[in-house]
Amino acid sequence: MSNESQTMIEVEGLTKLYGDFIAVTNLNFSVKRGEIVGLLGPNGSGKTTTMRILTGYMPPSEGIVKIAGYDVLSHSLSARAKIGYLPETVPLYQDMEVEEYLSFMGAMRGMNNNKIKNRIDEVVDQVSIGHYLDTHIGKLSKGYKQRVGLAQAILHEPDVLILDEPTIGIDPIQVVETRQLIKEIGKDHTLLLSTHILPEVSALCERVLIIHEGNLVAEDTPENLGEKLRGSEKVQVDIDGPIADVTSFLRSLDGITGVRQTEMGEFVRYVIDARSGTSLLESLASMILQQGWKLLGLSSVSMSLEEIFLQLTSSDFEEERE
Amino acid sequence: MRNTFIIAKKESKAYFSSPMAYVIGAVFLALTGYMFVSSVSNPFPEATIRGWVVTSTFIFVLWSPVLTMRLLAEEQKLGTLELLMTSPVKDYEVVIGKYLATLLILIGTLFPTIWYVILLYWFGNPDLWPLLTSYLGLILFGGATLAIGLLASSLTSNQVLAAVMSFGLLLLLTLTNKAALVTVGLSATILEEISLTAHFDDFARGIVDIGNVTYYLSVIGIFVFSAIRSLESRRWR
Repeated sequence: MSNESQTMIEVEGLTKLYGDFIAVTNLNFSVKRGEIVGLLGPNGSGKTTTMRILTGYMPPSEGIVKIAGYDVLSHSLSARAKIGYLPETVPLYQDMEVEEYLSFMGAMRGMNNNKIKNRIDEVVDQVSIGHYLDTHIGKLSKGYKQRVGLAQAILHEPDVLILDEPTIGIDPIQVVETRQLIKEIGKDHTLLLSTHILPEVSALCERVLIIHEGNLVAEDTPENLGEKLRGSEKVQVDIDGPIADVTSFLRSLDGITGVRQTEMGEFVRYVIDARSGTSLLESLASMILQQGWKLLGLSSVSMSLEEIFLQLTSSDFEEERE
Repeated sequence: MRNTFIIAKKESKAYFSSPMAYVIGAVFLALTGYMFVSSVSNPFPEATIRGWVVTSTFIFVLWSPVLTMRLLAEEQKLGTLELLMTSPVKDYEVVIGKYLATLLILIGTLFPTIWYVILLYWFGNPDLWPLLTSYLGLILFGGATLAIGLLASSLTSNQVLAAVMSFGLLLLLTLTNKAALVTVGLSATILEEISLTAHFDDFARGIVDIGNVTYYLSVIGIFVFSAIRSLESRRWR
C-alpha cells in the first residue's frame, strides 16, 4: 500500500450541477501519495464544491471520484475513513472543551480510547494548543480555532488531507504560522488545499490546479505558472501634468502596450501595461521628470487573481500551452 | 451502533452540562409538584399520580420543541454537520443517536418524580400497575413529541423556526380530539385517531391498549425516519 507513486485522489470527468447551475464541469486530475496540491480559484469557482464531493459530503452529478482507491459513492464510508477534512467554516462545537471535541471526533472516526488519548497528546503538540485543552472552543481566537480544526483533521492520521481555504479570516501573523503548520503537516500527508491567494500556493504547493467557473484551466508547478504569467508587467504612475501630452508620451515609449488614465483630482493616475523585460520602473521616473511634470507616485502593480484568470482563459495562453 | 451511542453520549452530556437542563428540570418539578399536591389534598384523595401525569403531557408539548430545536439545526448552522456527514458514520446513526439522547434527557427529567411515588407509598396504598403504565405512557408520549421536534430541526438551520414548526404541529395534534367533538362521522374518527392526547388517557388509567402503543411507536417511527431522509436529502441539494 505504501508504494510512492500510488494515486490517492483520482477524479475523472467530475461534473456537479445544482439544478440548472453548473458548479463544476468535467474535472480531471489526480494526486499521488505525499503530494501537496493547491486548488486555486476565485470565490465561486467550484473549489468548495469539488472538495465537498471528494470528502463524500455530496455526490457528483457525473464522473468518478476515488479516494485511496475507494469510490466515494459506492464505498463512501471506506473513502471517508481515509480523509481528514477541514471545511471553510471551521466546524467546531462552541460550548465544548478542546479535548472533549477532539476525543469526540476521534471516536467518530472509529478510534479506541487509548489511541485517541495518545493521538491527542501528539496532535496538540504539533499544532501547539497544549495550553488550551480545557478551554471552551467558543472562547478561542480565530487562529486557535483554526488550529483546533486542523488538529481534528489530522487526529486519525488520515491518508488524505483536504483543507478548504485554511488561512481565510485569520490575522496576518497567524496566517504565517498556519502556513508553516500546514507545510509541516504536508511532509507526511497527501494534501489538497484550496485557496484564492496566489502567494499561498507558491509557499505551500508542489503543484497547482487552477479552476475557473468550474473548469480546470491550468495545471502546473507554481514556478512554471509564474513563468507563463510573467508575460507582461503593470506599472501605476501618478503624474501632475497635461493629460493628453502625458498619455501620448507614455504611449510612445518602447515596450508599452497600453495606457489607461483616471483623474484623481490633483493628479492623474496612469496604469501602464508593458511587455516583460523592459525594466520600465528603472527608467520611467527620470523620463517623466525630464518632461517637466510632477511625479507623485510610481509603483508596480501585482496582477490580481482575476487578471491572471483572464490571462489564463484568453486565447494566446491557450496557444502557449500547445 | 457504536457511532449512535457516541453521538447520544455527546448530546446528552452537552445538555446536562448546560444550565438549561436544571432550569427546565426545576420548572418541570415545580409544575408537576403543584399538580401532585393539589390532586392529593382534596378531602377524598386518591393514591394515584394521574393528577400531574396528564399535566406533564402538556408540558412536553411546550418543552420538546425547545429540547429538539438545536439537534440538527445547530449542526447545520455551525457547519459541524459537514464534519459529521464526512466522517465514516451513516446518516441514520447520527439521527438516531441524537434522538436517543433526547429520550434519555426526557427520562432523566422524569426521574426525580419517583419522589411522588415514594410519597404515595409512604402515606397511602397505591396500585403499582397504573403507576407503571403512566410512566410508560409518558415516555411514549414524550418520545412522539421529541420525534416531531427532531424532524423540524432537520429541516432548517434556524433553531427558532424549528421550534415554531414543531410547536405548531404538536399543538395541532393535541387539539384535534377537541375538534373531533364538534364533527361527526369519518372526520370525527380521523381527528380523534390522529390526536396525540386522545391516545394517552388510557395509560394514566392503567390500561395498556395495543392500539395506543402502536400509535405512539408509529409516530416515533415515521418522524425519525423522515428526519433521516431529510438529512440524507441535504446531500443532494
